[in-house]
Amino acid sequence: MFHSARVVLPLLVTLAVLGILVVAGCPKSTPQGTPQGGGPSVVPPAGVGPETGTGGAKPSGEPIKIGAIFSVTGPTAPLGEPEKMAAEMIAEQINEKGGILGRPVEVIIEDDKSENTEAVMAAKKLIETEKVCAIIGPSGTPATMAIKQMCQDAGVPLVSCAAGRTITDPVFSYVFAVPQTDLLAVAKIVDWLKANKIKKVASIYVANPFGESGQQQMEKQFKEAGIELLASEKFGGEDTDMTPQLTNIKGKNPEAIICWGTNPGPASVAKGVKKLGITVPLIQSHGVANAKFIELAGEAAEGVMLPAGRLIVWQSVPDDHQQKPVLKEFAEAFKAKYDRDADTFAGHAYDALHIVAKAIEAAGSDDPAKVRDAIEATTGFVGTAGVFNYSAEDHNGLTKDAFVWVKIEGGQWKLAE
Amino acid sequence: MDLAGKLLQLTLSGLAMGTIYGIVGMGFNIIYNATGVINFAQGEFVMLGGLIAVSLVAVHVPLAVAVVVAALIVAAVGLLLERLAVRPVSGQSVISMITITIGASMLLRGVAKLLWGPNAQKLPAFSGDEIIRVGPAALESQEIWIAGTALIIVIATQVFFNYTVAGKAMRACAINKAAARLAGVNVERMTLLAFALSAGISGLAGVVLTPKTLMRSSSGAPLAVKGFCAAIVGGLGNGIGAVVGGALIGVLESLGAGLISSGYKDAFALLILMVVLFVRPSGILGRNTDREGL
Repeated sequence: MFHSARVVLPLLVTLAVLGILVVAGCPKSTPQGTPQGGGPSVVPPAGVGPETGTGGAKPSGEPIKIGAIFSVTGPTAPLGEPEKMAAEMIAEQINEKGGILGRPVEVIIEDDKSENTEAVMAAKKLIETEKVCAIIGPSGTPATMAIKQMCQDAGVPLVSCAAGRTITDPVFSYVFAVPQTDLLAVAKIVDWLKANKIKKVASIYVANPFGESGQQQMEKQFKEAGIELLASEKFGGEDTDMTPQLTNIKGKNPEAIICWGTNPGPASVAKGVKKLGITVPLIQSHGVANAKFIELAGEAAEGVMLPAGRLIVWQSVPDDHQQKPVLKEFAEAFKAKYDRDADTFAGHAYDALHIVAKAIEAAGSDDPAKVRDAIEATTGFVGTAGVFNYSAEDHNGLTKDAFVWVKIEGGQWKLAE
Repeated sequence: MDLAGKLLQLTLSGLAMGTIYGIVGMGFNIIYNATGVINFAQGEFVMLGGLIAVSLVAVHVPLAVAVVVAALIVAAVGLLLERLAVRPVSGQSVISMITITIGASMLLRGVAKLLWGPNAQKLPAFSGDEIIRVGPAALESQEIWIAGTALIIVIATQVFFNYTVAGKAMRACAINKAAARLAGVNVERMTLLAFALSAGISGLAGVVLTPKTLMRSSSGAPLAVKGFCAAIVGGLGNGIGAVVGGALIGVLESLGAGLISSGYKDAFALLILMVVLFVRPSGILGRNTDREGL
C-alpha cells in the first residue's frame, strides 16, 4: 500500500497540474496549424494521404525524400514555425501538381528545438536512417554551423534557411543558403548611411553566431566606407533588459544605432531605445523581419528601419517587378491556408524547397551528388528572397538588390524607397 | 550623458531588475525555512504567473483581476506541488525532495510550452508605456510597479511572519520542527502554506515583470538562477536578506554591463555569489551558525 501510494501520488500531481493549467490556458495562444512537441512530422505523399483531386497526373512510385530541420520550438521558434508551415504547404502543392519526376515528394520535418545537439541528431537521422537526397534548414546559423561539416562529409546537399555569412564563406561544395546574408544586409545599411550622410554609429548585437557574424561584417564594411563604429555592445539570447548597454551607447552620441539579432532580444532593444529617449534612427537586421517583432515591441517598433526581403511588403512591390508573381502567389496561398501573413522565414522555406525540387527535376534523379551539381547550376531562379544565381564560388546566389529598405509605420511594414 | 547620469541610469534599471531577483529569492527562502528544501521550480512559478496573466488579459479579464487571479492560480499550483509531490517523500532525505522539485520544474516548463507555445508573450504595461524622467535618467512606469509590488510583498511578509499566529508558527517550524510540533503547531499544514505562499509571491512577481521583459516558457530558469544567488548572497533563509542580495546583484550586474563589458552581464551575478561565499559564507544578513540538522 505504502509503495503504491508513492507511485500514484506523483501521477496525480501530473494530472492535477495539467488540469489546472488547461483551465488557465488561453485557447488563443496556441499557434495555429502547428502540432506542438518534438516528434518529427511527415507530410505524406499525395498517393498516401487524402485525395485532393486537382492538378496534374497523380504521382506514383517510390517517394522522393527531402529532409528538413527547423527550430519549431525553443528561442528560434519564431523563425522555425513559419518555415515548417511553408514547407508543409509547398510539399502538398508539389504533389498536387504531379510530384517531382512523376514521383511523390515526402518532406520529413525534424524539430531541432533551437539546440545545436538536436540539430546534429536530426541531421544524422535524416542522412543515415531516412536516406534523404537533400536537407533544407536549419532555421538558425548556430545549428547550421553545427551540421555543416557533417552534411559535407556525408555528401548530402544542405540548403540552409539561416543568414549567417559563415555558412557559405568559406564555400563547402555541399552547403548552400537561401536567405540574404548579413554581408548583403550590411552593404544595404552602408548605402543608407551614406545616402543620409551618417558617419558615426553604434552597434548592439546578440552574442551568438548570427550576431557575431553581423558584427564582423559591420566592422569590416564600415571601415571601408569610412563610417566610425563608436561602440559595440552585446546581449544574451535570453536577456530581457538592454538598458545598461543602451545607456553606454547613448553616452557616445551616435548618429544611428544598428541592432543585430533575432526576436525577442531586438524587441527589448527597441523598447530600451524609446525608454532612454534616444532619438537617432534605430536600424534592425533582417533577422526581425516577421510580425512577431512588431507585436512584441509594440509602440517602440514605430520608425524602426531595416533591410528586408520583398516578401513582407509584397503588396507594395511594383507589378512589373520579376518577383511579384512569385510573392503574390505564395503570400496569398499562405494566408489562405494558415490565416496569417507569410513572413521572410516562411519565404526561406519556399526558396529552399523549390530550389531542391527544381534541382532534382533538372538532375533527373534523386542521387544526392547529382542533386548537388544541379543546385550549384541553378541560375535565374526567382524566389521570395530574390533572384538566385548559384555558382561554384557563390553558394548564396543573391545580390544586395534582394533587399529593400523597410520602415515600420502604424504597426505595419512600409516600403521606404 | 555625463558619467553621473550614466551611473544613475545604470543603478536605477539595475534596481528594477534586482527587486525581482529579490522577490524570487524570498520565494526560495520561505520554502527553505519551512522544509529545508531548495525548490528548483521557483522560476517556473514566476513564468506561470506571467503567462497565466497574459491569457486572462487576452480573454478580456480586467488587468487588476488578472493579477490577483494569476497569483492565486500559481499559489494553487504550489499547493498541489507540495501536497502531491513533496509530501509523499517528506520522510526521506532533502536531496530526494530537491530532485522532485527539479522534476516539477521540467514538468511545469513543458506544460507551459504546450499551452502557450515557445514564443515570448506580451502583457500591456499597467499604466501605459509612459517614461518617467529622473534627472538625466529614465524609468519605465512598469519599473515603478515592480519596485512598489516588491515593497508591498516585503512589508506584508514581515507583518505575516512577525505579527500573525500562522507566521509565528511557520517561523517556529523553521527553527525547530520537533519543538514546534510539541508546542501544538501543525507542521504539515505550515509546510503546505509555505509552498502556497512562496508560489503566490513568485507568481505575482511574474505578472508585474511580464510587461517589462516579455515572458515565455523558458524564462523561468534564468530568473531562478538570479533569485537563488540573491537568496544566498543575502543569507539563505533571511527574507530581507534576499531583497538586499537581489538589489545588489541587479545593480552590480547593470553597472558591470554598462561600464565593463556587456558580454559578461550574466557572469557578474555568479561572481558576486562567489565573492560573498568566500568572504562571508553565511551571506550578508545570514546567521553565522549552521542551521540545525542541515
